[in-house]
Amino acid sequence: MAKTLYDKLWDAHLVEQRDDGTALIYIDRHLLHEVTSPQAFEGLTLANRDLWRLSANLAVPDHNVSTLKSEREAGLDALPDAVSRVQLQTLDDNCEAFDVVEIPLNDVRQGIVHVMGPEQGAVLPGMTVVCGDSHTSTHGAAGALAHGIGTSEVEHVLATQCLIQRKMNNFRVEVTGRLPEGATAKDIALAVIGEIGTAGGTGYALEFTGSAICELSMEGRMTLCNMAIEAGARCGLVAVDEVTLDYFRDKPLAPKGALWESAEAWWRTLHSDEGAVFDRSITLDGAAIAPQVTWGTSPEMVTSVHGRVPTMAEMPDETARLGLSRALEYMGLEEGMAISDIKPDAVFIGSCTNSRIEDLRAAARVLEGRKVAPSIRKALVVPGSGLVKAQAEAEGLDRIFIEAGMEWREPGCSMCLAMNADRLLPGERCASTSNRNFEGRQGSGGRTHLVSPAMAAAAAVAGHFVPLESAGSVVEGG
Amino acid sequence: MKPFTVHSGLVAPMDRANVDTDLMIPKQFLKSIKRSGFGPNLFDELRYLDEGVPNADNSSRPLNPDFPLNMPRYQGASILLARENFGCGSSREHAAWAMEDFGFRAVIAPSFADIFRSNALKNGILPIALAVDQIDTLFSALHAEEGYTLTIDLEACTILLPNGALWSFEIDAFRRDCLLKGLDDIGITLQRADAIRAFEGQHRERFPWLFEGIVL
Repeated sequence: MAKTLYDKLWDAHLVEQRDDGTALIYIDRHLLHEVTSPQAFEGLTLANRDLWRLSANLAVPDHNVSTLKSEREAGLDALPDAVSRVQLQTLDDNCEAFDVVEIPLNDVRQGIVHVMGPEQGAVLPGMTVVCGDSHTSTHGAAGALAHGIGTSEVEHVLATQCLIQRKMNNFRVEVTGRLPEGATAKDIALAVIGEIGTAGGTGYALEFTGSAICELSMEGRMTLCNMAIEAGARCGLVAVDEVTLDYFRDKPLAPKGALWESAEAWWRTLHSDEGAVFDRSITLDGAAIAPQVTWGTSPEMVTSVHGRVPTMAEMPDETARLGLSRALEYMGLEEGMAISDIKPDAVFIGSCTNSRIEDLRAAARVLEGRKVAPSIRKALVVPGSGLVKAQAEAEGLDRIFIEAGMEWREPGCSMCLAMNADRLLPGERCASTSNRNFEGRQGSGGRTHLVSPAMAAAAAVAGHFVPLESAGSVVEGG
Repeated sequence: MKPFTVHSGLVAPMDRANVDTDLMIPKQFLKSIKRSGFGPNLFDELRYLDEGVPNADNSSRPLNPDFPLNMPRYQGASILLARENFGCGSSREHAAWAMEDFGFRAVIAPSFADIFRSNALKNGILPIALAVDQIDTLFSALHAEEGYTLTIDLEACTILLPNGALWSFEIDAFRRDCLLKGLDDIGITLQRADAIRAFEGQHRERFPWLFEGIVL
């Protein structure tokens, strides 16, 4: 019977299916970070349980690390925030006590867990991957079945190497044609969420297919799958192709020699079969996807940069009207106003969505030889990992950002969730390459507009949202 | 986990769609390495008029009088009535811990985000999905009547309304059983350790590169 990619990954990891509809799924790779793991390790200790398979686990601090070189170069003990220091120290201590491999704070390979994983080849096609972070969906870009999990599930995976799951339904999101110049994977993600809503993918595994998806680089596919969770889907998927294989071939933890050959043979089967049945399908015309900007407090509150904020009259019902008026009040916007009239005070280029080398290149192309507008009070570029940072510096991108008037930081999650000192002040408005525009997400009272790296850079220069062609720049997709 | 069998409790409203877990427990509280103590900071930004900081004394902070959980009529509420896609966003289980610590035993909404639903069930909180018109009925009744109380019977999968109506709801059989008995997932899964070991052996043969270990 013809199978979907999700069906194949599920079947290859099914330990047992139970009569009540639940199943035990075997987990190949478990990524850990400092925020959602301490209570899980504590649970193991209290129950006197050990790790099921030590070598499945890899830890890295990212959510709560300082991104200032001056604060972190002297190591953990010198970090100024005592509460954060305890949390980061706890990860180190747990990894030592349980013998888990950890990439420490000042290692060049340290970075956002979802950037580090594929970069090291710790995540590979065909794997099941979990992490106590909802953006674990990122790794579906590799043709891996990747779920974000809660801390109880982190503990469960540490102790049993399995996850208790019900099989999800299959949802195909086909994006045909070619993206127009200036549109990127981020714009596909936002356009899909605008189409199906933030709960549209609940209970589904989303597989992205079609020519516009095939043309994306691995980085672009990661951006897209990263945001599957913002459509409610616990995992996003892209089939394995030459792009995937080329990306993983030289990664440090990828199999080598004969093992690579056997792995490649299996990975080449990781696509949905002709005639596979999807429970739901939608098709978007890639050529019609313009650069997107969110205007509200949910990623589904999104339109194109050429568009306008909706009006109350356009809302279908009372709940929607209430939602719109609450969002507009929080965001400090008027109904019907043009997106290009919105003026950010801050710019954030980073996060597990958009902090890879391609993202930094796209932003740098717009910023080269230009200055950030005087009205922008804060402009951070936070590379996704130490290796991304080193690569960007080798290409001179850091100079472009610094000369434009932006801050060039050390890797971490930073202002995407603002657990560290990188955050918006109440009322501050940010053009952000991150993934969530929820109330308070980037700082209490902060206002977030989600955009691609090139769009964030263009807004930084213009001082308001602006189509890339108006920013006077030709930007390739990424 | 505290078992859930029959629960009667006061209902409080959260009348907005897409309540995300950032709203339920803002990021600064995620610096805690504990599982408890999040209750005072549940819905922190809506509940208080100042900005919350970790490890602070919340009892002297200015309360937002317009937030339902601060209103006298909803004091002691243990059932939250909410709208679509409750618990979306971040996987932080801290959101479920905060709900549990605050005293909530159930959330009733038209739909839930997957990760929050799973986290809630692992912490003795019952997420009940009902049809939109039923939710509308409950909101209207709740606004009209002070002291609005529901009785949830998990064994029977029913909700008893104050007017005597008895509504049924559906829940995954496995999760229902775990909640009724207060069972911990890990214990249940480890009963299948032999099956996991057998699978792992075949998996290793088929995909040997997955078992190479991490050498950095």
